[in-house]
Amino acid sequence: MTLLGVEQLEARHGLLQAVRGVSFGVDAGETLALVGANGAGKTTLLRTIAGAHKPAAGRISFDGVDVTATPAYARLRTGIALVPEGRRLFAGMTVKENLLLAAAYGRSGHWSLEAVLEAFPLLQRRLNSRAGNLSGGEQQATAIGRALMTNPKLLLLDEVSLGLAPIAVEAVYRSLRGLITGGTTIVLVEQDIGRALSVATRIMCMLEGRIILQGVAKEMTREQVTEAYFGLQRSRRNSS
Amino acid sequence: MILLSQLINGVLLGGYYALLACGLSFMFGVMRIINLAHGDLAILGACLVFFIADQTGLSPFIGLIVMLPVLAVGGWALQRWMLERSLRAGLLVPLLTTFGLAIVIENGLFEYFGADSRSLAPYIGDFAFDSWAITDNIYIGELAVLIFAVAVVLLGGLKLFLNYTSLGRAIRATAEDADTAELVGINARAVYAVAAAIAVATAGLAGVFLAMRETFSPYSGPTQLIFAFEAVVIGGIGSLSGTLVGGIVLGVAQTFGAQINPQGFLIAGHLVFLLVLAGRLVVGAMRARGGMHGLFARRP
Repeated sequence: MTLLGVEQLEARHGLLQAVRGVSFGVDAGETLALVGANGAGKTTLLRTIAGAHKPAAGRISFDGVDVTATPAYARLRTGIALVPEGRRLFAGMTVKENLLLAAAYGRSGHWSLEAVLEAFPLLQRRLNSRAGNLSGGEQQATAIGRALMTNPKLLLLDEVSLGLAPIAVEAVYRSLRGLITGGTTIVLVEQDIGRALSVATRIMCMLEGRIILQGVAKEMTREQVTEAYFGLQRSRRNSS
Repeated sequence: MILLSQLINGVLLGGYYALLACGLSFMFGVMRIINLAHGDLAILGACLVFFIADQTGLSPFIGLIVMLPVLAVGGWALQRWMLERSLRAGLLVPLLTTFGLAIVIENGLFEYFGADSRSLAPYIGDFAFDSWAITDNIYIGELAVLIFAVAVVLLGGLKLFLNYTSLGRAIRATAEDADTAELVGINARAVYAVAAAIAVATAGLAGVFLAMRETFSPYSGPTQLIFAFEAVVIGGIGSLSGTLVGGIVLGVAQTFGAQINPQGFLIAGHLVFLLVLAGRLVVGAMRARGGMHGLFARRP
């Protein structure tokens, strides 16, 4: 069943067109990895799906309802949660406050403070620390926990490994695997192609605002994705 | 003995300044808007209560209950229709907008009430000047104590509200990062409108107490704005407990200034404000350049 449908979506930053006519769908229970170089439009695409960025054209439907015009705060209530790039925690508030804040406006369901702490045990002893004083890994765990507190049907993760120590990345992905096996639908942006291939069921590669390659993760090779990542296919096509 | 008396009265006067500064500090803390119409909104509240008392003979304390919701709705509308739109055009435009609003309020009130000085004191009877004798030399005014108590309760209550309620947390989150607040389900526009409603209503409350303690005219607003601004800067911008401290420091300085010379009332207040401001700038420059020796280092 299609949970998220994106049709001919276009998004701009002023004159710069970041997303150029993108269409795709995400089925419930799927894990879709978005890969692509910096500036390919991944973050803008994710932010547009979450409602934080207004699309210039196109349509976004979620759970069978057109949400294109729905503002971000209301889209969250329908079940879309974004873990933004750079974590964007409320640094002056405690971890607990960050988590409770999201719960107050989200949907009800499995995820509560206890459930988040069970998924991210490292947060247990940091509950009353200011979010700004945490390590990068702890901050990322809080940011994912904050999104989970809203009990999303679709979790959007923007570069969760950015700026983290390798050991912290490992810990975050271990928790993500738990979510994936638990049946949460996830769209994630990941720079590490190897990691994207291992964690996702489907891969989508973006280049200059367009999708240039997509397919089932198991059937794709690292080389295929790397070529698409750098836009090699196109240049080869052009030169031949 | 007289010093102790001055100190007590200065602290109580500080309560009024804290009350006055509360809304200014809150609005800046949440929306990063310096509301130059703050003093005039206080006077608008006072005029409204005066109008009710004058027309119906009702006590100003009942008039207050009518006025507060009116000003709160006014604050909500101000945010929705003026400040929100001007914020889109950059940070300086709201400053100009509130400056314009200040002029409109002043002249609107002048049009209706004229230039006469008025006071709510006649409508509250003996309460305007009743006092408790602590010793033979120390008297403290009942109204001054009430104002101080209201300031403490309001600032404390607002702090508890921000820390321990869901709406309070939403206001803090929006103040920190409105864009991300939307991503956790907070309607930032609605939060801003609520914050503006609270700020404007507290301004009106302070205005009514001003009108009970002394006289006011349609053009009294800017002076009150300066006092509020001084209290906010002394106490640290955006901090509610700091605002109470700032108000008290300003009140005590003014009272001691008046003791030295009747003209010293305003001068002492401004002096303390300038000293604190200069101190903050020096400390800020030191931090920016790394420690005490950095203060004298040349800029790169």
